[in-house]
Amino acid sequence: MAESEHSYHPGRREYIQIGVILTVLTAIEVGLFYADPPPAVAIPVLLALTALKFILVVFWFMHLRFDTPLFRRLFFTGGILATIIYGIVAATFYFGGA
Amino acid sequence: MTVDVHSPESTADHGHHTSLGISNTKLAMWCFIGSECLFFGALISAYLIYINERADGPGAELFDIEFTSASTFILLMSSLSMVLALAGIQAGDMRRFRIWIVATGLMGSVFLAGQIYEFTVFLSEGANVTVSPFWSAFFLLTGFHGVHVAFGILMLIAAWASSLTGRLRMENAETIENLGLYWHFVDVVWILLFTLVYLIPALGGGGS
Repeated sequence: MAESEHSYHPGRREYIQIGVILTVLTAIEVGLFYADPPPAVAIPVLLALTALKFILVVFWFMHLRFDTPLFRRLFFTGGILATIIYGIVAATFYFGGA
Repeated sequence: MTVDVHSPESTADHGHHTSLGISNTKLAMWCFIGSECLFFGALISAYLIYINERADGPGAELFDIEFTSASTFILLMSSLSMVLALAGIQAGDMRRFRIWIVATGLMGSVFLAGQIYEFTVFLSEGANVTVSPFWSAFFLLTGFHGVHVAFGILMLIAAWASSLTGRLRMENAETIENLGLYWHFVDVVWILLFTLVYLIPALGGGGS
């Protein structure tokens, strides 16, 4: 697919808006940490906030939302393989008793 | 507001393109980033596996979350200044590009200085690479990330110097886009590390 179909980048205003959202999400993370909720509540919320920040940087600052889908596949293939690595290592330790 | 980066008044991207219509250098950078995911995936896996292996040594109670939160904020803002530098060079405004690229480098340097300071505090508290698998994995993971930040700062300095000598111009905006991809990837990795390495273990989520 030609890049010209995916070659739009956000402008300065949109970049600054994303920066503000990232700041707010980080402040919520830190605030949640100091609110000292039970880990069973805090950990899923922290992971969700982290995922949101990850998506904002990857899709807007790294332009994956606007660029060719091939780049998205390359990046997420790496991410998925990394998750598989973790699964294999964790399983080795769990079942192998290492 | 949206910018067409290939419009005639915007950046003239003269890099070689593949038969897919995709720039070779950008494709190479994304392949590199994909492989880096595996590197960091392996190191994060090791850290999570060893999160409770403290061997009677110190643990996550040594983390100074206020300090690391400030470092995290600085690195996040460096990503913002990086995209503003890219917007500057794409618009042909080299002065604005230089201001933001210097700001990015300075924020990266502050982050790195903070990480070095943090390491010295941990070492003085008796945590080092040999004390337990937890600290071994911690220093390897965060140190590997720090090396990436240091390498990024060197590339930012090179880009700034090239723009001063006239070797880097609006026509080379894709070079800065690729540098930006690297810098944002380093930022994205830290977003994960801040939660997985610092916040969750300090909350007691590591089972300490």
